[in-house]
Amino acid sequence: MKILWRDGRGGFGLALLAMVAVLAVGAPFVAGPPPGVVADITRLRFLPPFASDAHGVFHLLGTDRLGRDVWARLLYGARISLAVGVLAVLLSVVIGTAVGAVAGFFRGPVSVALLALTDWALALPRVVLLLLLAALWQPSALLVIVVLGLTGWMSIARLVYAEVRALAARPFVEGAHALGASRRRVLWRHVLPNALTPVIVAAALGVGNAISLEAGLSYLGLGVQPPTPSWGNMIASGRDTLVNAPWVAAAPGIALVLVVVACTLLGDALRDALDPAARR
Amino acid sequence: MLTRLAVRLTTGFAVVAGVVTLTFLLLHAAPGDPAELLLGSAATPAQVAVQRHTLGLDRPLPIQYVTWLAAFVRGEWGTSIASGRPVRAVLRTAWPLTAELVAVSLFFTYLFGIALGALQAARSGSRLDTALSVGSVALFALPGYWLALMLVLVFTFELRVLPAFGATGFDADVLTGWPAIADRLRHMALPLVTLTLIGVGGTARYVRGAMLDVQSQPFVVTARAKGLHPARVMIRHVLRNALIPVLTLLGLGLPALFSGAVFVEAVFAWPGVGRVLVEAVLARDYPVVLAATAVAALLVVAGNLLADVLAAWADPRLRARGDA
Repeated sequence: MKILWRDGRGGFGLALLAMVAVLAVGAPFVAGPPPGVVADITRLRFLPPFASDAHGVFHLLGTDRLGRDVWARLLYGARISLAVGVLAVLLSVVIGTAVGAVAGFFRGPVSVALLALTDWALALPRVVLLLLLAALWQPSALLVIVVLGLTGWMSIARLVYAEVRALAARPFVEGAHALGASRRRVLWRHVLPNALTPVIVAAALGVGNAISLEAGLSYLGLGVQPPTPSWGNMIASGRDTLVNAPWVAAAPGIALVLVVVACTLLGDALRDALDPAARR
Repeated sequence: MLTRLAVRLTTGFAVVAGVVTLTFLLLHAAPGDPAELLLGSAATPAQVAVQRHTLGLDRPLPIQYVTWLAAFVRGEWGTSIASGRPVRAVLRTAWPLTAELVAVSLFFTYLFGIALGALQAARSGSRLDTALSVGSVALFALPGYWLALMLVLVFTFELRVLPAFGATGFDADVLTGWPAIADRLRHMALPLVTLTLIGVGGTARYVRGAMLDVQSQPFVVTARAKGLHPARVMIRHVLRNALIPVLTLLGLGLPALFSGAVFVEAVFAWPGVGRVLVEAVLARDYPVVLAATAVAALLVVAGNLLADVLAAWADPRLRARGDA
């Protein structure tokens, strides 16, 4: 943890993600109630950033075409975007770890079949699958989480497989076997905890990717549905008012880039911190 | 190498067959019916049933699958349910436009990506390296459709210099010679810049990492000790060896680029395969979705195969050993 902080990238990534998380959780206190239908649309819509409306309410990032405060929607959207990203990666990690651990620890036809399945799934074009799955069922945040989770586990399975295979031959694992521990216990207590290091790095990078993909699906209208704000559908709604209110599309995009950059830098820093050999 | 190629071809075939089968099952498992969408909400159940029968959708699923697959392999891809046009014609007009966009942006992505990555590796640890690293991470993180919108905002709405819609102008049919080419290039500019910019970041990151790995190897130290010029060491010894993993990345990057193209085509109304696919999925246009998915899967498999061949060409050891 200390190494992570001293590494500029890790510190920046952690600080930024923590700030976004705090703002997202504390949205009601920072930005008031979620902006819904506005009574006074004609006077409130398309206010530029840093403007105060007729009621004297200050709008940090202006308002959209329905007169809703962009800053408030950005914070409530952060809840959806972060939750979808984290939960989708969590699902990928669970599936990927299970597949990789079983394939790596128990040899035989099961292992061969699981590896073949992983390689096969890795070669499927992910975006095409995402489009199909998301377009064919009623779009919702839950569906996006499931779809992203189901299409993102393969690289984690490969990492866990390689790690488990290497660990299974180490003396301390043989020792555990010799002491009479069951295979399941050896896998669960001795091998898996040691195999999770590369998974943490992959997960940090994966969250950024998942947030970006969620926004992409929502942008195409296949993800989180309006009026629930997500960064992707905010960019989509800003597209139609790009000329007279560019801030509506710009703000969620900048937020998205910052969060994905933070995840990437954090992942890089984690990899270097966890793997002393790679430290340069 | 030949056995390896045969294995790769078989796996590739399995991937394409798997994608197509999965797509077929998903399409039919999902709610929504092309006959209903075609006839609209005013149609009576009887009319829908007649339409379903005409389209062959009332037959058992396995029979529909086998019939479709047999026809597809023979090259009979059917007609689009939504537009009535032959699927082959739909894809024949869309496919070259995507290929053109992807190929040109691939070229520029690698040109700039390798140049930037090499520059960073040569000056690793310097301020320039740090600045470029931050820049490439930011580019890597940019969502393509958002970057596309911002470029449209600047170049189409503010500066009014580049078009943001479609692949040709309204007067394209009457243009010939240079004006026609200029029209195409102007329409291509923004989608191309978008796709290239989002690709350059990742490539530069990867090239930098690969070159730093090679730089710490003994033969580089030897080359330096021999008194070779540093630039010569970087280009002849480091870059050349670092390009092997980069070539593998090329094959893996092709599907990513295609994914990027799906979003970018949606923003710029570029009439390529990505747009055809999105529209067909929304209309439950089964024949078009299946054919477009099969084409996309073929592209991915071909990309991986190409990467293997290129890597073997760049590294004689891979050819001799027969594995990688």
